Amino acid sequence: MALLQISEPGQSPDPHQRRIAVGIDLGTTHSLVASVRSGVAECLPDDEGRVILPSVVRFMPGQGRQIGFDAVQSAASDPVNTISSVKRFMGRGLNDIADRSKLPYEFTASEQGMLSIQTVQGPKSPVEVSAEILATLRYRAEDTFNDDLYGAVITVPAYFDDAQRQATKDAAQLAGLNVLRLINEPTAAAIAYGLDNASEGVYAVFDLGGGTFDISILRLTQGVFEVLSTGGDSALGGDDYDQALADAAMARQPALQATTAEDKTVLKAAARAAKEALTSADVVTLNAALSSGTLSVQISRTDFEQATQALSARCVTAVRKALRDAQLAKEDVQGVVMVGGSTRMPQIQQAVADFFGQAPLNNLNPDEVVALGAAIQANQLAGNNAAGELLLLDVIPLSLGIETMGGLVERIIPRNQTIPTAMAQDFTTYQDGQTALALHVVQGERDLVQDCRSLARFELRGIPPMAAGAARIRVTFTVDADGLLNVGAKEQISGVEARIDVKPSYGLSDDQIATMLQESFTTAQADMKARALVEARVDADRMLLATRSALAADGQLLSADERASIDALMVTLLAAIQTEQDAKALEDCTQALAKGTEAFAAERMNHSIQKALAGQNIQTL
Amino acid sequence: MISLQANDFELFDVPARFEQDRAQLDARWKALQREAHPDRFAAEGAAAQRVAMQWSVRINEAYQRLKDPLKRAAYLCELQGAPVQAENNTAMPAAFLMQQMEWRENLDDTESPEGLEALADEVSSEQRRVQQELARLLDEVQDPLQAVGQVRALMFIERFTQEVNAKLDRLT
Repeated sequence: MALLQISEPGQSPDPHQRRIAVGIDLGTTHSLVASVRSGVAECLPDDEGRVILPSVVRFMPGQGRQIGFDAVQSAASDPVNTISSVKRFMGRGLNDIADRSKLPYEFTASEQGMLSIQTVQGPKSPVEVSAEILATLRYRAEDTFNDDLYGAVITVPAYFDDAQRQATKDAAQLAGLNVLRLINEPTAAAIAYGLDNASEGVYAVFDLGGGTFDISILRLTQGVFEVLSTGGDSALGGDDYDQALADAAMARQPALQATTAEDKTVLKAAARAAKEALTSADVVTLNAALSSGTLSVQISRTDFEQATQALSARCVTAVRKALRDAQLAKEDVQGVVMVGGSTRMPQIQQAVADFFGQAPLNNLNPDEVVALGAAIQANQLAGNNAAGELLLLDVIPLSLGIETMGGLVERIIPRNQTIPTAMAQDFTTYQDGQTALALHVVQGERDLVQDCRSLARFELRGIPPMAAGAARIRVTFTVDADGLLNVGAKEQISGVEARIDVKPSYGLSDDQIATMLQESFTTAQADMKARALVEARVDADRMLLATRSALAADGQLLSADERASIDALMVTLLAAIQTEQDAKALEDCTQALAKGTEAFAAERMNHSIQKALAGQNIQTL
Repeated sequence: MISLQANDFELFDVPARFEQDRAQLDARWKALQREAHPDRFAAEGAAAQRVAMQWSVRINEAYQRLKDPLKRAAYLCELQGAPVQAENNTAMPAAFLMQQMEWRENLDDTESPEGLEALADEVSSEQRRVQQELARLLDEVQDPLQAVGQVRALMFIERFTQEVNAKLDRLT
């Protein structure tokens, strides 16, 4: 039986007022989805009560696919079609994948340089594979709430560049998710611990996962999370601890070997089980039935610590380097947040405590903490927490610039600028009569173009012929709150213009996304048209709701005529939601209302800014 | 009526002068972003998002300029009809140039961190002196043409400070 809701007098609960928003941790080895329910953030479990979804997708002959635990089981028997750790390939070109030969996959590259993996179902881009994982989490959330999702906050590593962020956003779009915001993983972890409410200061986020180690140094000032530095080791994680423990155990019984693939798997699993048991026990017995005999050795916590000392030392070295990059001493760090399942190991807790001279923050589940922080932010962005004070002003992780003569980079937006931001720089022509200008957008801290990441190339054409140096070309970089870039170029004298949403180098064009959605994977079994219509209805509802709340709050700003025309558009849209069967026609009605309320939105903004200033003045008086 | 065209001082509702209370600027920035940041309008339509983005960008731009003494001084000169035009006009008084040359020789010859720290201290006290002079010229005697010369001096000093810091980074 459903629980009855009791509301405060005069505040009847409207079921449509609460929007379902989730936070998603799209991880290298596993992914999670979380949501705020009854004021508390919690991870959502699948049918079998598991909150973790392994980030593994297997494409099967025909249309089928396995995602998560099922796919993990098949990895050994069908390695070519079972894709794991796809996050490493996001927003990357073929040449960026260093150890291609060690991976079981067959890589191909599209004309735009975008990477794909050849599967039994044809080439699959990392964006498509990630979208499978995101869609699975989306369905999990929709089943949990038995309602459509309003939107999601998705986390990305702090060091992700524009191409990697864009690829993540494309994957979400492909999975039918409305992305409220991309936020940095360490920032999410800090939010989960409520550090945004805490006093100002510097925090370290120590993230040791299955296969990667990330350390981030954050500064919190007045609700602004600033990433001061990031570092780590992309080939250091819990798996290495398992291996070291397995090696130590084998050394005790030299007569045995584990050479076959099966023996190795059995041994690794036994080592992992022993490692986990050692988190609470002082001594455990490691048992493994190998083909050459049964391995059975007593392992103490001290044995384990000694066997893995070198690994823990590598973590500490990376922490030192991150602090040096941030130009800080370890005494400057006010708190250390522990993220990732491998931080449960007592020797890691101890190493961190010893280094920083303080106990780390570890009372939240380290596997879940990033997803929980994302959920809190999602809840806030969906407008469910009106009293919320959390304002997340992220900074851009890497400088953005364009190529100038001689392969040098002219920085237009320096790193660590608070976003959103827009910055412009004037350039000129190099030759007499030059009528076109090639612009090459790059990201990175180095001075040479070849050392930076190439994001996009575009051309400004139709510049009237002038003497060299006479044209005034203003290049404007705009970075939105997600850290995504848009570049515009305008010749000031003639007014010739060109602009580009930066994504083509490795991302997907809107057309490609549209095509993929049509060929869709998420809708393999569902009726495409019906789905499009449902999504158009959700969008339309969202627009109506937004307009209604805007009118309720600031309707008095409108003249009677303006109000009447908005009302008319709302009536049309409401009718269309109920009767329209064509998704495109419904989208057009939603667009009409969006356009019709644009001036009102601008007016409201002016109003709210003035209100903010008025409030300030009263305080200062 | 505050609009996107308002100047930085109007937008932040602070007096258009060089001397500023940094804590007040920080607080005002935060208050403005609380009202205008696109996240506040995540639940509303694309139109509100676009407008919010414009405001938020504008507020960040103003904040970057107001909190930085050099940028703030250059901006004030421009508002008062005396643009700095650093790229077209690099003429500086001979005494200032002599001091610059001395500093540069000192930088080239110094290889110890302690020596560089001492140089950095000297440069930073000169920086403070120029800033005080700017406050006098802009806020008291209101002579933007004179102030422009001091803004240029401050530009030289800031660039030199970066070079000293870069060398310090290399040595430590």
